[in-house]
Amino acid sequence: MFTPTKRNTARLALALAATLALAGCTAADAADDAVAAPAGESVTLTDGWVKAAGSGMSAAFGGLTNAGSQDVTVVSATTEAASMLELHETVENETGELIMREIDGGFVIPAGQTLALEPGGSHIMLMDLAHPLEAGEEVTFTLTFSDDSTFEFTAPVKDYSGANENYDPS
Amino acid sequence: MTPPDHGARARSGSTRRQFLLGGAVAGVGAAAAIGADTALNAAAQEAPPAPPHGEQTVPFHGEHQAGIDTAAQAHGFFVALDLHDSADRADLTRMMRILTDDAARLTQGAPALADSEPELAASPARLTVTFGFGPRFVERAGGSRPGWLGPLPAFGIDRLEPGLGDGDLLLQVAADDPLTVAHASRMLLKDTRSFASVRWTQQGFRRAHGTVAPGTTMRNLFGQVDGTTNPAPGTTDFDRVVWATDGWLAGGTGMVVRRIRMDLDKWDELDRGGREQSVGRYLASGAPLTGTDEFDEPDFEATTAIGFPVIPEFSHLRRARSENPDERIFRRAYNYDDGGAGAEVSDAGLIFVSFQADVDRQFVPLQRRLDQLDLLNEWTVPIGSAVFAIPPGCREGGFIGESLLT
Ligand code: HEM
Repeated sequence: MFTPTKRNTARLALALAATLALAGCTAADAADDAVAAPAGESVTLTDGWVKAAGSGMSAAFGGLTNAGSQDVTVVSATTEAASMLELHETVENETGELIMREIDGGFVIPAGQTLALEPGGSHIMLMDLAHPLEAGEEVTFTLTFSDDSTFEFTAPVKDYSGANENYDPS
Repeated sequence: MTPPDHGARARSGSTRRQFLLGGAVAGVGAAAAIGADTALNAAAQEAPPAPPHGEQTVPFHGEHQAGIDTAAQAHGFFVALDLHDSADRADLTRMMRILTDDAARLTQGAPALADSEPELAASPARLTVTFGFGPRFVERAGGSRPGWLGPLPAFGIDRLEPGLGDGDLLLQVAADDPLTVAHASRMLLKDTRSFASVRWTQQGFRRAHGTVAPGTTMRNLFGQVDGTTNPAPGTTDFDRVVWATDGWLAGGTGMVVRRIRMDLDKWDELDRGGREQSVGRYLASGAPLTGTDEFDEPDFEATTAIGFPVIPEFSHLRRARSENPDERIFRRAYNYDDGGAGAEVSDAGLIFVSFQADVDRQFVPLQRRLDQLDLLNEWTVPIGSAVFAIPPGCREGGFIGESLLT
């Protein structure tokens, strides 16, 4: 499978979280004794993938897990595959319509939890693709957190007919 | 008193262990059976119910691809694809990485990446996905083509329909649940779209899971016990017959897929004696006409009162057994019945599938013998034929076809 090491790390992190819970001490308790690790070291991505696209826009998805004891915030993302990336959320507007828009203040991943980036929900938007994204290709992303630490991951490109929401930044 | 096999039947599904237990209890004396039954009931009360059969998985990673030495699942879907003209070696690598990832996840009961129906992946029911390469795939990959990889020689009995044969990439998707097979197949096929298009598909079935005891030889639509003489997975004999040892194919094998129509209407005209003569085995037990048990060795020397061989010279059994020990294959067939139209009430037959390390040396001589003489040919017609090279399995992190593509 793709990115097996990252998957293993995530499993380990989950196991660790479970152990803490069993021991009767919450993640927050543990945090009191420890200096918070850089956000980039607490976060893993599972089941990441990018929608194939010939040109223009695409999006990246997956589960971002924060195994740390403090909430972390993703403030930006970069990749060589596109010159402009935005962190998007999907929300209901006044008329009850689901619209996607750039999220204010970035993605918050609460301590010990997973933020699902998925079609129809939050995602990393790629704009102005540098080249066509072809199925089976691997794309590397770097996420930057509010503490300036970073996390790099690689995700395969997949053909996908959904996730067609067009984005109007105006 | 509850029936002696109550312990095995009380739980839904029947794992192999439970079945064996049930059999063991049925086999001992009544007094002992009551004791064992009580013990089983006590165990049943404490133990949580057995997980449903749908949760059973077959490992994906390994030296060999799964779906060959795996006990045949109830449902098999075969699809051959033609590569797009533009698909080059790099494309094939990307495609096989994606398909491997899909298969690795789906067979373990996890949704594929970007699976739009993830709930359908939750019950793998022993799902296996097996990939095969046609001659053009190997050429595009720049690999050396095994001499036998290509269309079989023409046989006199063949009435091949081009739309049912050959192909560049084969997927064999099999599981004990048809919905699982459909979902996995669709997920995989969606991921081939950028590289290939569907050439033919064939849908096959055996008994549903749980209908007969595990290990029971299948029956085909002629009612015959089909698959008795077959190398047993896990033996050195099987390994020798099936696994290739050279080059990029080492740990892989050769696969023949023949769609053979069975004329059930004509078969209906034949009485039971004639049916048994055509194969040389009894219909009820599958035993050779010279024996009583399915697995008795046939005695080709035995003659009738008037001096004819008991197992006729023209029978399928006699003809399909070569004197040459190299000419052996591993059969893993599925039935098909696509339903009738008008006065024809069925369009049925066998998706004949065999695995062998060297198709030319092992399969072709057998098919030639059957082409020359086999009474069964009166009721069977090959209408589709394809040969594929089945690459070896892969480790976690690797991909199927890597020995050819990297
Ligand atoms: C619709 C077509 C066919 C039907 C209905 C059929 C049916 C059977 C049956 C009932 C048996 C006896 C039980 C057993 O050992 O499995 C048998 C044996 C066998 N068949 Fe077929 N068969 C078909 C096609 C073929 C083909 C195309 C081949 C290979 C070219 C083949 C090769 C064999 C072999 C190797 C055996 C075992 C012979 C032995 O005992 O040594 N069969 N088949």
